[in-house]
Amino acid sequence: MKEIDVRGYSCPEPVIRTMNAVKEGNAELEILVDTNVSKENVSRYLKENGYNVDVKETGDYYTIIGKK
Amino acid sequence: MKNEKLKMLLGGGIIGLLAVFLVKQGNPGNMGICVACFWRDIAGALGLHRAAAVQYIRPEIIGFVFGAFASSMFSKDFKARGGSSPLIRFLLGVFMAIGALVFLGCPLRMILRLANGDLNALIGTLGFVVGIMVGLYFLKNGYTLGRNKKELQIVGYIMPLFAVMLLVFLVLKLEFILFSEEGPGSMHAPILISLVAGIITGILLQRTRVCSAGAFRDLFLIKDMHFMYGIIGIFIAALIGNLTFGGSFKLGFEGQPVAHSEHIWNFLGMTLVGFAGILLGGCPIRQTILAGDGDADAGITIFGLLIGAAIAHNFGLAASPKGAPLNGRIAVIIGLILCTIIAYIYTNKRAEG
Repeated sequence: MKEIDVRGYSCPEPVIRTMNAVKEGNAELEILVDTNVSKENVSRYLKENGYNVDVKETGDYYTIIGKK
Repeated sequence: MKNEKLKMLLGGGIIGLLAVFLVKQGNPGNMGICVACFWRDIAGALGLHRAAAVQYIRPEIIGFVFGAFASSMFSKDFKARGGSSPLIRFLLGVFMAIGALVFLGCPLRMILRLANGDLNALIGTLGFVVGIMVGLYFLKNGYTLGRNKKELQIVGYIMPLFAVMLLVFLVLKLEFILFSEEGPGSMHAPILISLVAGIITGILLQRTRVCSAGAFRDLFLIKDMHFMYGIIGIFIAALIGNLTFGGSFKLGFEGQPVAHSEHIWNFLGMTLVGFAGILLGGCPIRQTILAGDGDADAGITIFGLLIGAAIAHNFGLAASPKGAPLNGRIAVIIGLILCTIIAYIYTNKRAEG
């Protein structure tokens, strides 16, 4: 499972970092984001690229788990 | 996903219709909504520049911030944050305003101009897309302005309070506030209509997260049409509005309201806006919305826009229907060079660290 911590990065960097990890061929990803916008954008990107997406809220950030 | 698409088209559609309606109610031609022009008018009203024709506190802007603030509070999107290269963002905001005022409009007005048959805006759109592609090159290679950090809640209230202050200045017409007696600044819809239209637009933009730079960026970068549907909604609705109740549709380059036909400067002005918009993570309207939902970096970008607009008129950079003045052309070139330097430095910084 590859972990990407993009908390504090604004749009579109979380999506770009996710995209790079998807292109590397990672089947399982864990992405930490801290805004609703990033949560939506990253989730949408993963779903459109064939990942099942699960989001957990922890304190003031979200953990997005994407699995193929 | 069908619902998402419809939501974006509808959200954009309402904004497009409101923009046509605001022109009918008295706003300048194709200027139902123009974030760069409106901040420019506010800069003039506050006395930051002395171009007598463009001074008015635009209630639409106040509405955008109020709408975004209320909507983000309600949806729990509101989060006070900041500290990601603020001075660089300020500078990019300054040049984003200058580029927009050489073209005569922000990307949103560009779409609205296009929807009213102004083909100069087509040239602007091409330039905008080129600016976005150049910005994307750096983004793909690791460009970043760095992480923001959580701020105290009070920081997120500064921009909404700034908007309250503007509303007070507008309603009380305080003696130090300047209002145009002729020219575009004197043309405006009634305050209440502008304010309510602005609030509705602010809420819609906050909920849909529509951003003109983001729409093209996602289309090219991740082949995602999501935000583009919002832009298409704005365009189609404004087009229908202009052809029907607006009654103002006119196809061509010449004689378009508040526009000029110097193609190269329409193109390069919007290249600068697109490039700076990508480096900032959002176009002027998106920055205004983010400033309302607690993003202090967007707030500082807005102050950059405000000062950029003041500079554009104080130094004779802003275009007029006669065309783009020499100083404006030089400023656009400087802006493009500066954006390239910033993009280069902040791409390599990450590669090293």
